[in-house]
Amino acid sequence: MKTLLVTLLMALTALPVLAVEPSEMLKDPAKEARAREVSIALRCVVCQNQSIDDSNAQLARDMRILVRERIEAGDSNQEVLDYMVSRYGDFVLLEPPVKGTTYALWFGPLVIVGLGVVAVVAFYRRRLRAVAAGGGGTQAASVPLSDDEEKRLAALMEDAES
Amino acid sequence: MRRLMYFLPLVGLLILGGFFLKGFELNPRELPNMLQGKQVPDFDLKPIKGRDDKGFSSKDLQGDVSLVNIFGSWCVACQVEHPFLMAVKERNLVPIHGIDWREQDPDAGPEWLRKSGDPYTLVGDDPLSKAAIAFGVTGAPETFLVDADTVVRYKHIGPITPEVWKETLWPLIQELRKQ
Repeated sequence: MKTLLVTLLMALTALPVLAVEPSEMLKDPAKEARAREVSIALRCVVCQNQSIDDSNAQLARDMRILVRERIEAGDSNQEVLDYMVSRYGDFVLLEPPVKGTTYALWFGPLVIVGLGVVAVVAFYRRRLRAVAAGGGGTQAASVPLSDDEEKRLAALMEDAES
Repeated sequence: MRRLMYFLPLVGLLILGGFFLKGFELNPRELPNMLQGKQVPDFDLKPIKGRDDKGFSSKDLQGDVSLVNIFGSWCVACQVEHPFLMAVKERNLVPIHGIDWREQDPDAGPEWLRKSGDPYTLVGDDPLSKAAIAFGVTGAPETFLVDADTVVRYKHIGPITPEVWKETLWPLIQELRKQ
């Protein structure tokens, strides 16, 4: 019990480990906050699915330092991001930009859901119409039985009675 | 006709799936060359130890077709392409300039070149990835073909092999020299 409690306590109080080293940080907290914001949006190009803010890779560290240098030099957040994109392409942004080549990515799923909704609505409207035409029965009931089916039904009824 | 409509979502899914399937074939480590057809980025690197040049800057590229090779003594793939670079130097085919990238120890790069041979015309030291990021480099070795007007004409990711040289780099170099 005690071990469990201690383990739980340790798990809950563990602080997220920062990749950003204290020596890298800017003195001005407002600028440092901006640098963090920019770093979180930039992909570490060697580790692929981490931001440079998370990554311990050397190139990520060098990129963080460059981000801070450019902010110190007076670049806006967008200018820093644009610089990185001009070097590494859109891939360096963790959130893909909305533009011609990424429309399929951003809107494809929405279009498919939309088509699905249209299909479902069409299906139910057809069924409702069939119900109305069949005088209260389901679509299946409104279709008369074939001769074979009539014979089979009669046989079954006979079996049940005997 | 109405029944066909029910297949629309499936068609949509297949189209999207096609895009994703294509995605499997792309290598996320091979980034596009953002500098293609553009001026080389501005850089001015200090020399590494043991060489008598004054470093390597973007201005040095003016006036001649050349290769800019990003390497490091820590980089295994660089050792693979190294004999080939030496052969290019021995035959005097094209000047190769080196960017010694991210050496932890400032002696490591010069030491490696001293031991295994130095194929470079000029070498600059880039311990903080300044030039490497400016070139959009993700890993060593990467090689850029730069023309006489300092426009980047080609980027090769990974070691230069005899095939890459014969089929791509050398024909490009000869073509650029004619212009």
